[in-house]
Amino acid sequence: MEETTKRELVLHVNGERRSIVARQAETLLFVLRDGLGLTGAKPGCLNGDCGACTVLVDGTPIKSCMMLAIETVGKEITTIEGLDDAPIQHAFVRHFSFQCGYCTPGFIMNAHALIERHPNADEAAIQEWLESNICRCTSYQEIEAAVKEVLEAKKAAPTDP
Amino acid sequence: MVPFDFAYYRPQSIAEATALFTALERDGKRPLYYGGGTEIITLSRLNLVRTAAVIDIKAIPECRTLDVGNDSLVLGAALSLTELEEANLFPLLTKAAREVADRTARNQITLGGNICGQIFYRETALPLFVAEADVIIAGPYGIRQCRFNDWFHQQLQLGRGEFVVQFKVDRAATALPHFHRKRRKQGEVGYPLVTIAALKKDGTVRVALSGVCPFPFRSAEVEAHVNDRSRPVGERIQAAVDAFPRPILHDIEGSADYRLFVAAQLLEDMLRELGDGETV
Repeated sequence: MEETTKRELVLHVNGERRSIVARQAETLLFVLRDGLGLTGAKPGCLNGDCGACTVLVDGTPIKSCMMLAIETVGKEITTIEGLDDAPIQHAFVRHFSFQCGYCTPGFIMNAHALIERHPNADEAAIQEWLESNICRCTSYQEIEAAVKEVLEAKKAAPTDP
Repeated sequence: MVPFDFAYYRPQSIAEATALFTALERDGKRPLYYGGGTEIITLSRLNLVRTAAVIDIKAIPECRTLDVGNDSLVLGAALSLTELEEANLFPLLTKAAREVADRTARNQITLGGNICGQIFYRETALPLFVAEADVIIAGPYGIRQCRFNDWFHQQLQLGRGEFVVQFKVDRAATALPHFHRKRRKQGEVGYPLVTIAALKKDGTVRVALSGVCPFPFRSAEVEAHVNDRSRPVGERIQAAVDAFPRPILHDIEGSADYRLFVAAQLLEDMLRELGDGETV
């Protein structure tokens, strides 16, 4: 049988092909941060509770502390570094949707996926999605306002990217 | 962060998976089948799980099946809870799935993982109990289909090297009147004080609970009391609660007395909503 050792992984991150040698047991979060220098996804609880490490895998929000890097071979990973002037980033600034900012990348990735996947998301869907992330500075109302603003703008201009 | 090394395997077929398990077991690797991985990774970090090999079943086509046949609904064990929610082919299961963990976590948590994992609430088992689903299990000695209720005693009775491939649910059962509630100590995300799922078929209520005991259950004795229309509803509920299996959970989420109080209230709500509570 194959030995329990490191393996070369080719990951597709933010539109680039990145090659890395990593432990097969390593989580996506630590490969992104320590292996690829992408420190936007934050280690928080490391237990799947806080959402600070949220990234997108094939467009789906995933808590990267709970997924193995090796599972993402062949998939497209998007981190906060890969968002390029996404509307939700500007809305977070306009609404002061953060204080310390530690949870912000996770919230933005989750909110970005919600907006892309469910542009007609209702109040209940917004709440359900945002419950996946924790902000200890309690910017929840401002975060919700930012998400709603982007959803409204998208409805008003449906051809916008 | 996993504080030890393991090898990761991603078989493409059931036969490949079970053969891998046998070989890895023989080599002393103590392999684990791997679905969403959330529990294996988080419990590994706490040194509550240890293995030298994981076998990811998500590339096995049968484990990813979501098929609506004439008579039955087939649900692959490696479907994520959000995939089940979005398909919404079994509304009671949708409701149970939506209350597990949080939305992002449910993108990873699988149906099979929620039912076969160590964390004992296993709330997606409740709809399968009351719908009297079948379970398809693969192992070193082949594939077998059996009644979920017959093989679930506190947890699914899987032999060494076995894993759940699919669940099969009678389509008629998916359309029956149903009831689902989850009550937590606080908030909208987290483990239950009590979760209850029920179906009504031919005038009889089938009910299953999680959060009351350190295992989910459906009990013939409890259901006999719930359906005993010769007695007032209050007495039926009290008798049902008295017949719950033991022990009753008594922990930081809630005391045993409080859990039983909440369970009795939910049984009353259930009877009322299912049109059986006229004398409540």
